[in-house]
Amino acid sequence: MLLNQFLLLGAILFAIGVYGVVARRNAVLVLMSIELILNSVNINLLAFALRNGGDPTGHTFALYVIAVAAAEVGVGLALVLLVYRNRRSIALDELSEMKG
Amino acid sequence: MLAASGLVAQNIAFGIVALIMIVGALRVVTTKNVVHAALWLVLVLAGAAAQYLILSAEFVAITQVLVYIGAVTVLFLFGTMLTRAQLGRATDLNNKNWALGIPVALLLLGTLVYVLIDSFHAEKLVDDPKDVPNVTTQQISDSIFRPYLVPFWALSFVLLAALIGAIVLARKD
Amino acid sequence: MIATAAPGWFLEHAYLIPLIPAIAFALIIAFGKRIPDTRIGRYTIPGGGSLIGVASMLGSLFFAAGAALQWIQYTDGENYVAAVRKSWVWWQSGGIEIGLGQQIDGLSVMVLLLVAFISTLVQIYSLEYLKGDRRYTHFFASLTLFSAGMLVMVLAENMVQLILGWEIMGLCSFMLIGHWWEDKANSRASLKAFFTVRTGDIGLLVGTAIVGLSAQKWITANGLQDQYSGFSIEGISRWALAGDSQYKSVLTWGAVALFIACIGKSGQFPLHTWLPDAMAGPTPVSSLLHSSTMVVAGVFLVARLYPVFFEGLRILDTNVNLIAVIGGITIIVAALLAFVQTDIKKVLAYSTVSQLGYMMMGLGVGAWTPAVFHIWTHAFFKCCLFLCAGSIAHSGSHHSFDMKKDMGGLWRKMPVTFATWTISSMALAGVPFFAGWYSKDEIIDIAGGNQYWVFFAIGLAGAFLTTAYMTRATYLTFFGKARGAAAGIHEEDHSEAHAPAPAAHGAADAHDSHDSHAGPHESPWLIKGPLVILATLAIVAGLINAPAFKIFKFEEWVEPKAMPVSLTGETIHEGSARNISVGAFGLRASSEGEGESKPVAAEGDGHSPTKGEIGAEEHSEGEEHSAGYPGSAIEEGHLTGECGTPGFVPEAGTTCYAPGVIHHEFKWVKALPAFLLVVLGFIISSAVCVTLYGKKRRPLAGLTERNVIARGLYKFLWNRYYLDALYEGVIVRGIAHPLARAMYWLNQNVFDGIVNGAGRTGRKVGEITYKYVDQGLVDGVVNGSGAAARGTGTALRPTQSGKVSQYGALLFAAAALAALILVLVNS
Repeated sequence: MLLNQFLLLGAILFAIGVYGVVARRNAVLVLMSIELILNSVNINLLAFALRNGGDPTGHTFALYVIAVAAAEVGVGLALVLLVYRNRRSIALDELSEMKG
Repeated sequence: MLAASGLVAQNIAFGIVALIMIVGALRVVTTKNVVHAALWLVLVLAGAAAQYLILSAEFVAITQVLVYIGAVTVLFLFGTMLTRAQLGRATDLNNKNWALGIPVALLLLGTLVYVLIDSFHAEKLVDDPKDVPNVTTQQISDSIFRPYLVPFWALSFVLLAALIGAIVLARKD
Repeated sequence: MIATAAPGWFLEHAYLIPLIPAIAFALIIAFGKRIPDTRIGRYTIPGGGSLIGVASMLGSLFFAAGAALQWIQYTDGENYVAAVRKSWVWWQSGGIEIGLGQQIDGLSVMVLLLVAFISTLVQIYSLEYLKGDRRYTHFFASLTLFSAGMLVMVLAENMVQLILGWEIMGLCSFMLIGHWWEDKANSRASLKAFFTVRTGDIGLLVGTAIVGLSAQKWITANGLQDQYSGFSIEGISRWALAGDSQYKSVLTWGAVALFIACIGKSGQFPLHTWLPDAMAGPTPVSSLLHSSTMVVAGVFLVARLYPVFFEGLRILDTNVNLIAVIGGITIIVAALLAFVQTDIKKVLAYSTVSQLGYMMMGLGVGAWTPAVFHIWTHAFFKCCLFLCAGSIAHSGSHHSFDMKKDMGGLWRKMPVTFATWTISSMALAGVPFFAGWYSKDEIIDIAGGNQYWVFFAIGLAGAFLTTAYMTRATYLTFFGKARGAAAGIHEEDHSEAHAPAPAAHGAADAHDSHDSHAGPHESPWLIKGPLVILATLAIVAGLINAPAFKIFKFEEWVEPKAMPVSLTGETIHEGSARNISVGAFGLRASSEGEGESKPVAAEGDGHSPTKGEIGAEEHSEGEEHSAGYPGSAIEEGHLTGECGTPGFVPEAGTTCYAPGVIHHEFKWVKALPAFLLVVLGFIISSAVCVTLYGKKRRPLAGLTERNVIARGLYKFLWNRYYLDALYEGVIVRGIAHPLARAMYWLNQNVFDGIVNGAGRTGRKVGEITYKYVDQGLVDGVVNGSGAAARGTGTALRPTQSGKVSQYGALLFAAAALAALILVLVNS
């Protein structure tokens, strides 16, 4: 097993996630893409943990990332619901109040 | 390459799972059906759990299954349902200039691939296939509650804040 | 020798004191609403769980009084007495133990007794004051929990427990200040209080982490981890006094961080702005918050961790330190603000801020005992003043706190309130033989004795200002012509009334029926009772430490004896702490001390020059000694131990628990200037009041309209030095808006310019090529490039479209590019 095969898998997933974040219009789908990004990070963390002779630090932070991701989905979906309730739509490109 | 580095079974498993994951991830970001996207996401997440097992991180893998596949996916499906997204095929799931994502993603991927290959081109994960180190759950708990206690506390507060925040945001007043 | 007597049951079980109200809180929340009012004969026994609160506070008071009595027996006034410590470890991690327990020494016993006593009176008072309120039960629940929080904080054995109590108080104060939250102003005030205090609390968390972890390191290095955890109060104190040079800067930063928390909590300058707004709460809350709990917490923390501040901020070692400076500024700033208030409670609020400044300044100049004693005396008379204000609003001015509009001439109508108010005001002003005099005068005296001449002058000026603004408030409230509600005129529009506001009036309709619009009258006994008790204490509470009469009981009971103690807790130096010869430590006069003492002494008021000369003389004698304690300080006074003196490092195997406090001998001459200033303040202020607000001739009335300087000053004070405007207008809005505008400008002029320019150049190039180079062959290409250039323009222009996905794309692309550049540069 090479270290790089895991890291490259992580990189590919990351890039796909970024594409999703940029290209998707539906807020729920954007959140899903963010989950892809977070998972790619976790794969990296665990790969490095194994490479460092089974360092539990990597595992610890992978667990933290999972917990944060859960919190993020919770809040994110609550926001999406709120947006939906106010605008009857969750299309992100219609939310352009931040326009310069 | 596979044979040379030993652990053939793991390498084969890695290849298959990685392929499934990449296809699944691509489908998540390209499918025209929100519910399908969630189901593809389940596939990717399960694949990630399998990768964790290959990396001898059993505890994290179990947590991944419990939290992600068990809870997060359900949340997504609820979110889809409550926002009354079309359950069938939808035509407007992408932005108008979605194509902007492709160069950005490729640029990012190119950078990462270049850096990774440049720095770890053929580094092995374990030198001797026989002694794959084993991380016990006890070690993880020691690590969480000794050196990383403060992040753990911070995380607890994040979860609490997220809990309250989600309730406050989503409730109908 | 360590005191041999057993500490006694009450001291061992002091943890019961906060436990009782905490349980009572749960009971009130759970069952309070189900308890109805019951009638026995012509008495109504209030339901709603309020009596549970009162009973729990009485229980606390009983245990606190027991603890205080046993503590008095336990100390012998001479020797070091170990605090009664108890700790149950509830959290253990990475070698750090965090416990829940009690640390009972003189300071905590004193504050415990005080808090329990004041809380009991305030709760009894609230039975009447809050009668018929719509959130009666919640009020008593919060009040009880609030007291429990303060008590937990006071007897906390370690910093984590202290933070727990501190935060409970913060939360409860938020609930209580916003008790009538239906009114926007009230909920705003409670939010402001909460956020201002939270700002300071960041300092508490950071400071605790800094101090606790360093102390843990020191304790482990010295093999004390079996006795103390790094977060325990004693552990931190010992670490701070050990004089380990390795931790010097850590100590300073920890002390500064902790002090920021104290500034926020105790309403010191510049975070004092929340305190007057907190007057939006019901009056009993204001009185509890401002006398013995909430705001005292900051002062208490400084007194509790005095070794940290003493060493960290170099008290007595330098001429100026942060605590004294902040305290001194606060005294003057707040006292001046009290002059322009028309709301009686705001006058009292600023007076509290100013008095807290005295305490802080006292701690900063090394006057630990008088500062702590000022907590004690101040609690009684300030609580009494607030309750008087409540009594006036309740029965005299129809729920208005506006002195100018709705008060005046009330002394005939409310004799008990008037008498108690006057006594407490005199105590606050520091009239001799009232409680406030003993403590305040000693703070000023020690400031002078330790050669902090600036702070000595500030203390005197503060005494003058205090008398003047209290005279003004007393005059406006009780004398002159009756105005507004005090004259029996009720405006139809009740929302004009200041404090309890419309929401209260909804509930106060019940009041109106029993008040039956009878005009001002005296309050019932449930209100008068606490007033009388507190006013009595405002006279006698000071007597337990009256240097004028050679009574030093408070010092004996509360002041920690500063001597090196062996690790097992026995004192090393036998004999009395008072007997330790001061000369042995050398007279150390700093050259800065001399340089500063002279000019200030020259402007001083007839009293200071003598002291300045003494300081100068000492200087010549003690020149060969290193800089340190001011000479005259030790010559005139006595030092209660060598701990904490600069350069003192305890022998191996011994540590200190508290720094020594310098005491100065009382002389009537030294008390004279303060007294004269009080009299002067009274005379000037009453003269001004009579001319300004009097019945007949008012030569000074309208001065603020006529005179430019007076108007400017008034406006400056009325707007509270524009600090609120600074915080909200300048900092919040000022930072956010111009930044946004600058970005917009940049966007419009620079980015758009580039984009448009690129487009235009592209087109121009295309045109030129089209015209001059080749029309036939390259035509298509040229057209294409023009279109591409225009396309770039339109593609780049929407980069600021407000669309999230595009921002995301830019972010990731920029990050990737930056990473790529970094990698390429580095490889």
